[in-house]
Amino acid sequence: MGWNAIRIWTVLVYGFMFLPVAVVVLLSFNANQFGSFPMSGVSLRWFEELWHNDAVMRAFRTSIVLGLMTAVISTTLGILASLALVRYNVPGRNTITTLLIAPILVPEVVLAVALLLFLNWLGIGKSFALLLAGHVIFTLPFVILVVQARLVSIKRDVEEAALSLGANPVQTFFSVTLPLMLPAVAAGALFAFTISFDDITGTLFWKPGGVETVPTQIFSMLRNSISPEINALGTVMIIMTVGLPLLGAAVARKLAMKSGT
Amino acid sequence: MSVEAREARQPWILLSPALGAVTFLLLVPLIFIIVYSFWLRSAIGGDQVGFYLDNWQKVLTDRFYRDILLNTLKIAAVTTFICALMGYPAAYFIARSKGSKMVLLLLLMLPFWISYIIRTMSWINILGTSGALNTLLVSVGVISEPVQMLYNEATVILGLVHFLLPFMVLNVYVSLEGIDTNLEDAATSLGATRWQAFLQVTLPLSLPGLAAGGLLCFVLGAGTYITPVILGGPRDAMFANLVFEAIITQLNWPLGSALSLLLLMVLGVLVAIYNRYLGMSQLAKGLG
Repeated sequence: MGWNAIRIWTVLVYGFMFLPVAVVVLLSFNANQFGSFPMSGVSLRWFEELWHNDAVMRAFRTSIVLGLMTAVISTTLGILASLALVRYNVPGRNTITTLLIAPILVPEVVLAVALLLFLNWLGIGKSFALLLAGHVIFTLPFVILVVQARLVSIKRDVEEAALSLGANPVQTFFSVTLPLMLPAVAAGALFAFTISFDDITGTLFWKPGGVETVPTQIFSMLRNSISPEINALGTVMIIMTVGLPLLGAAVARKLAMKSGT
Repeated sequence: MSVEAREARQPWILLSPALGAVTFLLLVPLIFIIVYSFWLRSAIGGDQVGFYLDNWQKVLTDRFYRDILLNTLKIAAVTTFICALMGYPAAYFIARSKGSKMVLLLLLMLPFWISYIIRTMSWINILGTSGALNTLLVSVGVISEPVQMLYNEATVILGLVHFLLPFMVLNVYVSLEGIDTNLEDAATSLGATRWQAFLQVTLPLSLPGLAAGGLLCFVLGAGTYITPVILGGPRDAMFANLVFEAIITQLNWPLGSALSLLLLMVLGVLVAIYNRYLGMSQLAKGLG
């Protein structure tokens, strides 16, 4: 097989990955009443309709609050655990790592069922608390993997210098380690937020009746059929989960260049 | 307390919240549903605590469950195979390309940030009766009126491939990136054709990545719930749909526990075999 054949194959594979999503974005600007092809013009009417759709706006609020809370808890747990794994010689480190990434190795449906049944038995039925617990345990492994990869690159020398100059460990952590870790913290938090914001399988098991997140809202709207409104909702979600991280990365880069580091 | 003792305790203090969360929210719940699977759903509502083998007998002997389990594994296997076939050359291109590598890698990360449900439903816009393909075929005159291409097993596999392909490409890429390109050059300079050099040097060295990608595709594919609901027909239910049906619709939690555990055990055997021969570190590399 020649190099050119591989190149064409790669282009086709990328086309396969992105074309359907591009069509979602394209159709969300469709002026055509049924939201189908052929497109009859460009319009923002479907976005306007979303804005006036109470159920959709409620779902957005739920998703954002849930995502933010998940990000805070998951990142805190993840950073602490990563520090221990990267900085210390922990006995049984491989076993601990496997244990910490276990939530991604267990099929999500099984994790969802186990958590629902156990917490329900403890008296925590389908509720926001259950959703939050589920999203935390589901995002934690990803945060740990991302944060750990970034922490490895921070040299210990700087901290040791601070300690030898008389700072206590807590001061060292907050004035030296944490600022250096900030990109890792931000990456972990963003990752947790997007995964939580996008999650659907677990959410369908855990959510109380009447509460919808954006993905479950799309799911229930799909029961009828595809509509331009769903495409518009999809476009907004793509902007949130793809656009925001890219923007964040760009801003971080600008800031880093300005401060000259 | 001595300095050494404090030093030795510190990592455990840092680890305890995360380990606590995994224990309390995953391990204990898993043990709990093992117990739960031996309880019995009574006709009047409420679960009878005890040691009943009824759920397990039903799950393990009922043809209905067995057929859907086998079909689920078949769909996952076909999906994994197609992902490997499509993904390997693309990963090879990314690993060996010079100019466009960063752009290709960045693009490859994008699907991970786009919601699974949006990527799944996007195919309705393409293959639905008023979708892009039907519109095109009708306007060109190949067909006189739109045909229903959705809601069958093929579209379920298509949706799964679309969802899982990035996992495969990424894992194969990571292992290809770690291979010294000089090895392939050495082989060709010793008289091997490029194709032979690839088959005998690069391909074997990249097998751990292929296996890691394959494992992820298979496990995620076999555990999927959403894709068959959105892109499949009434007869395309996969195993996770049975679990949802038992837990959420019928509220038969003991039966749902047994079904979940069966799925976990079948996929767990695969993960264990993988772990035995390749270890988890390769998987962590591809995910991180």
